[in-house]
Amino acid sequence: MNLTALWALVRKDLKLFLGDRRALILSLAAPIVIGAFFGFLFSGDGKKDTAKIPIALVDLDGSVLSRAVGAKLAEDKLLLVRPESEVQAREAVRKGRATAAVVLPKGFGDSAANAFFSSLGKPEVTVFYDPSHGMEMGLLRGLLTQAAMEVVSREMFTGDTGRTVVKRTLSGLDTSGVSSAEKAPLQDLLRSVDRWNAQQSAAPEKQRSGGLSLPYTLKEEPITAGSGIAYNGYAHSFGGMGVQFILFMGIDAGVALLVLRRSGTWQRLRAAPLGRRGILLARALSAAILATGILLVIFAAARLLFGVRILGSFAGFLGITVAFALMTATFGLLIAALGRTPEAARGLAIFGTLIMVMLGGAWIPSFVFPAWLQRATLLVPTRWAVDGLDAMTWRGLGFSAAVGPMAVLLGFAALFGILALWRFPFEDA
Amino acid sequence: MLELHNIRKSYGTQQAVKGISFAIRAGETLGLLGPNGAGKTTTVSMIAGLIAPDSGEVKLDGRSLGGDTDPLKARIGLVPQDLALFEDLSARDNLSLFGALYGLQGAALNGATAEALSFTGLTDRAKDKVKTFSGGMKRRLNLAAALLHDPDLIILDEPTVGVDPQSRNAIFEGLEALKARGKTLLYTTHYMEEAERLCDRIVIVDHGEVIADDTVAGLTRRLPLRNVLRLELENPPPGAWAEELAALPGIVSVRLEAAVLSVGLAELGPGSAAALGWLTTRGIAIAHAHTERADLETVFLALTGRTLRDA
Repeated sequence: MNLTALWALVRKDLKLFLGDRRALILSLAAPIVIGAFFGFLFSGDGKKDTAKIPIALVDLDGSVLSRAVGAKLAEDKLLLVRPESEVQAREAVRKGRATAAVVLPKGFGDSAANAFFSSLGKPEVTVFYDPSHGMEMGLLRGLLTQAAMEVVSREMFTGDTGRTVVKRTLSGLDTSGVSSAEKAPLQDLLRSVDRWNAQQSAAPEKQRSGGLSLPYTLKEEPITAGSGIAYNGYAHSFGGMGVQFILFMGIDAGVALLVLRRSGTWQRLRAAPLGRRGILLARALSAAILATGILLVIFAAARLLFGVRILGSFAGFLGITVAFALMTATFGLLIAALGRTPEAARGLAIFGTLIMVMLGGAWIPSFVFPAWLQRATLLVPTRWAVDGLDAMTWRGLGFSAAVGPMAVLLGFAALFGILALWRFPFEDA
Repeated sequence: MLELHNIRKSYGTQQAVKGISFAIRAGETLGLLGPNGAGKTTTVSMIAGLIAPDSGEVKLDGRSLGGDTDPLKARIGLVPQDLALFEDLSARDNLSLFGALYGLQGAALNGATAEALSFTGLTDRAKDKVKTFSGGMKRRLNLAAALLHDPDLIILDEPTVGVDPQSRNAIFEGLEALKARGKTLLYTTHYMEEAERLCDRIVIVDHGEVIADDTVAGLTRRLPLRNVLRLELENPPPGAWAEELAALPGIVSVRLEAAVLSVGLAELGPGSAAALGWLTTRGIAIAHAHTERADLETVFLALTGRTLRDA
C-alpha cells in the first residue's frame, strides 16, 4: 500500500477538520458542557442536597401511635412529608405534586397495638402512589415498615397504650378465638411483657428501653478507587458524553465520504493508484486519530474543571480510547456504506447513534435496564467503551480490566471495517 | 498509446455506452465530442479505471488496467468535469495532496507543486484557500492537480465548463504547451470551437456510439455544404417557405431559429444569390447577413440532424 498517499489523505482530513470551527465546537465544547451538566445532576458525591421524595400524610386517626408514625416518617432525610386531607392527598398524587400519599385509617393506633401480638384485626394502611415512580414506592414501603415497627413496638413495651393493650389482651384471651395450643404460651409472653412494662415504668426515663429497633446499624461506604477517594460522578458523565459525540463525529466522517463521492474529487482520488481499501483506510485512520484526540481533550477538560482523574491504568485508558476511536471510525464507514447516499445515511445514523448511545449506558447507567436488556447490551460496543472508561477512571481498576473492553471494541472495529469495505458504493454516483 | 475495443456499459436498462472503439497515438490530441448524455463521461471513466466496462477492453500501451491499485494508472492524469479540489485547503495543500496520491514526496513533491502552480499562473495565490478563488482560477488549479505526477496521457473532461473567456484562453495556452511537450491529450467537450482549435483528430459520439472518427479537415470534407449563410430577418417567411427554399439550386439545408435563418450552401456564390433573390421577391426584409465556413457544429448537425447544445 502507498503509505505516502495514505498519510497525505489522513493529513488532509485532519487539516480540514481542525479548520472547521463548527465541527470543533460540536465535537469538543458540546460534550464538555453536557457532560458537566449531567455530572452536576448525578454526581452522587453526597455534598449536594438530594431532592426529597414528596409524601402526603393523611392521619384519620389522630392517636398517639399514628402521630408518632407520621413524625418518624417526617424525620427521614429522604422524605418531605406534608399532612393533607384524603381528598387533597389523592389530588396531589394525581397532579404529580406528591409521589405517594400514606393514609393511616381511623383506629390505626388501637388496631396496630392489638395486632402487634395477636396479628388479628390489623389496620389497613392505604398508599396512593404515582405509577411512574415505582422505585420511590419501594423505598417508601421500607421506610413505612421501619417507622411503624419502631413506633408500635416502643409503645407496646414502654407506653401507656401498650400497658392497657397487654392487660386487655390478657383478660380477653379466653374469648379471643386464639387456639388452646397457642393460648398458654401467649399468656406467658403477655404476662412477661406486663412485668417488663411495670419495671420500665418504675425505671428512670433515661434507662427505659426504646422498644424494638433495627437489629443492626448501617455503615455506608462507597467503594471507589481506594479508601478516602470520593466518587466523582463527572467521570461517568464525561465518558458517556465523549462516547456520544465521538460517535456523531465518526458518522459525520463516513457521511462526508458519501458527499465527496458526488464530486469530481472522488473521481480524482479513485483515478490514483491508491485503491478502495486505501481510501477507506485513510478515512478510518483520520477519524480514529480525531476521535482519540477529542476524547483526550474532553477528559483533560474534566480533569481541569471537575477534578476527574484516571485512577486506574493510564495505559488501559489509552487502549480503550484508541480501540473505541477505531470502532467509531469504522462504524461511521459502515453507516455510510449501508446508507449509500448522504440523505439515507443521515437517517440511518440517527437510528444507529441513538441505539448505541442509549443501550451503551452513555445517558443512563445500564444497571437500571431490565436483566435481559443488560445482557443484550453486551452486544452494543458503546456499553464496553462506557464501562471500560468507568473502570479506568473512577473505579480505578488495573490494565487487566481494560483488556476485555479493548478486545471487544477492536473486534467490532474489524467487523464494521470489513462490512464497510464490502458494501461501500465505490463506483461513481 | 490508448486503445478502446468495443467497450460497453449499462446502468440498469439504460445503455450508456454501446460498443465504442477508437485509438489515440502517443503525442496526439483527440477530441471526444458529443452532446450531454452522449456517453463521453462514462467512456472517460472507463479509460481512467473509475468504472469497469461490462464488455470490451481499454488498453494503455497494449496492457489492460489490472485493478484500482495498478501502477499503470500513474501514467494517466485526470481532469474531471466537476472541480476536484478541497475548497478549505490552500492551492499548495491541494496540489501536495494530489501529488502524494501518486507517491511523490519531499523535494520531488515540492518541485512538482511549484511547477504546476507556475504552469497555471497561480504561484502568487499558492497559500490562499481555494474557496477564495474565481471560477477560472479553480479550473486552472483543477488542471494543475492532474499534472503533478507528469502523466503521459492527460484526460480532460470538459475542462472549460463555466469559465470566462480570459481563463478559457489561459487554459488553452496551457494545453497547447502540454501538446508541444509531446503529451497525449484526450479532450471531451461539446464546444466545437475548442475542439477545432486544439485537436488533431475528432471522435464524435451520440447515444453511446461513435458516429464519426476523423481529422477536422476530413470531417468537414464529408459535408455536402461548405458555407452557411446567416440572415437576420425583419419579418417571418410565408407558408411552406422551407420546402421552397431548400429546393433552390446550391442550397443544401435551411433552418429558422428565432429570427435568424441559416441556409446551408454547397457553393457560396450561386446558393447565396438564389436565397437572397427568393427572400427579396417575397418582400422579406433582411436586417443583417453574414456567411460562415462550415464547422464541426455543422458536421454534427449534418450527422445527427441536431445541434450539439440542443441535443
